[in-house]
Amino acid sequence: MSVQFTFDGRPLTAESGQTVGAALLAAGVQSWRTTRFGGRPRGLFCGIGVCFDCLVTVNGEPNVRACLTPIADGDAVTTQAGDGRG
Amino acid sequence: MVVIGAGMVGAACAYYLARAGLSVTVVDRGSVSGGTSGAGEGNLLLSDKERGPELDLALRSHQLWRDLNDEGLGPDFEYEAKGGLVVAFAETDFAALQTFAATQRDAGVVTEEVTADRLSEFEPHLAPGLAGGFWYPQDAQVMPALAAARLLRASGAEVRLGTAVTGLQFSDGTVRGVRTTLGEIPAQHVVNAAGLWSGEIAELAGSTLPTQPRRGFVLVTEPLPPLIRHKVYSAAYVSDVSSSDAALQSSAVVEGTPSGPVLIGASRERVGLDRTPSYDALGRLAAQAAELFPFLERVDVQRYYCGFRPYLPDHLPAIGPDPRLSGFFHASGHEGAGIGLAPATGELIAALVAGEKTAVDAEPFNPARFASPQPQEEQR
Repeated sequence: MSVQFTFDGRPLTAESGQTVGAALLAAGVQSWRTTRFGGRPRGLFCGIGVCFDCLVTVNGEPNVRACLTPIADGDAVTTQAGDGRG
Repeated sequence: MVVIGAGMVGAACAYYLARAGLSVTVVDRGSVSGGTSGAGEGNLLLSDKERGPELDLALRSHQLWRDLNDEGLGPDFEYEAKGGLVVAFAETDFAALQTFAATQRDAGVVTEEVTADRLSEFEPHLAPGLAGGFWYPQDAQVMPALAAARLLRASGAEVRLGTAVTGLQFSDGTVRGVRTTLGEIPAQHVVNAAGLWSGEIAELAGSTLPTQPRRGFVLVTEPLPPLIRHKVYSAAYVSDVSSSDAALQSSAVVEGTPSGPVLIGASRERVGLDRTPSYDALGRLAAQAAELFPFLERVDVQRYYCGFRPYLPDHLPAIGPDPRLSGFFHASGHEGAGIGLAPATGELIAALVAGEKTAVDAEPFNPARFASPQPQEEQR
């Protein structure tokens, strides 16, 4: 079963059961957050819920771990800048 | 000179001993800050200490931390002279706080009463309806693991990690060196700064240091913009710190960090070296933090960490010469205050090793107070 979601407004398709991180990687997206001080790009690092590097904003909620959060149909995933709270 | 323990206290001992001209080797069974130093918040507090020897040591340490900062080391370990705000929920707590603060002021602590209507000037996001608080501008914070590492580096000491001490070498009642899993190290002086393991090290000399672990949890939130300016805690924390009860005590100590996450301590319980997560302790900390700062209800806790404070039954550290073995010193048992008290401890040890006058009275910390009564020479 496939799932429709958007990344920064761009429509993408994922497999049901994939995490947000897996869905983004499969779509060729490697970075979805910039660091709080240096503004450097971040994506998956540990991939298993430990390092908190893969934080991303999902449906307006910042600091979601992409590696642990299942993607859901209609999710709006957006690049998170810094702490995600403007 | 050998220092056993590469935590904050061992690092401070190495720093001040090296500054006194001694050649220092630091050994640790694990890594730098691998024990208590790597599991705390980095509190440099005067506010929670009642008048007495520990406050005297803390006041001296406050000055030495400022000196270290002035020497240019501060930015390396996130030294922040951010100040502390102690708040009371009820009028009775506020009255008790007023009495407590007055005795501290007599001892040299700078503190200022903050009436309820002025609390928001200090912390805009604090819960409404509090009875009042006290402002302690001298309270500060460091990142403790970095502080230990930077002081070790600044000391120029040789650091041998992954090296466990298995025995002390001595003859004629005088220490001659240490035996380790990686060979022997000769030394004229040995300092036991082994924290949680300092009791075992003391036993190698046939001495007694009844160090016990007192467990604590710290919650770490998602990164946030700066919303909490100071160290903020409730008046109940002070009585928790001085309690000798083995059962769980918790009172929220809340603070922001330069990197964004808010840290929420501090629980205390004596359960041995058990690292099993206690949802009772974690839940209470979260609830108490949200009582102080209601916006935290909508903030995620991303993780927690757990550590053990080296607890001595009279709540004072053991700093000074071993009662049995000449040349052997103890610097341990600082419980939850070891980061704050480390520089004054290192300075005290350096003075005692050199036989010089100490900056604060060393006698209340004399490890001989734990010596078992047996026929041996008098200590004083």
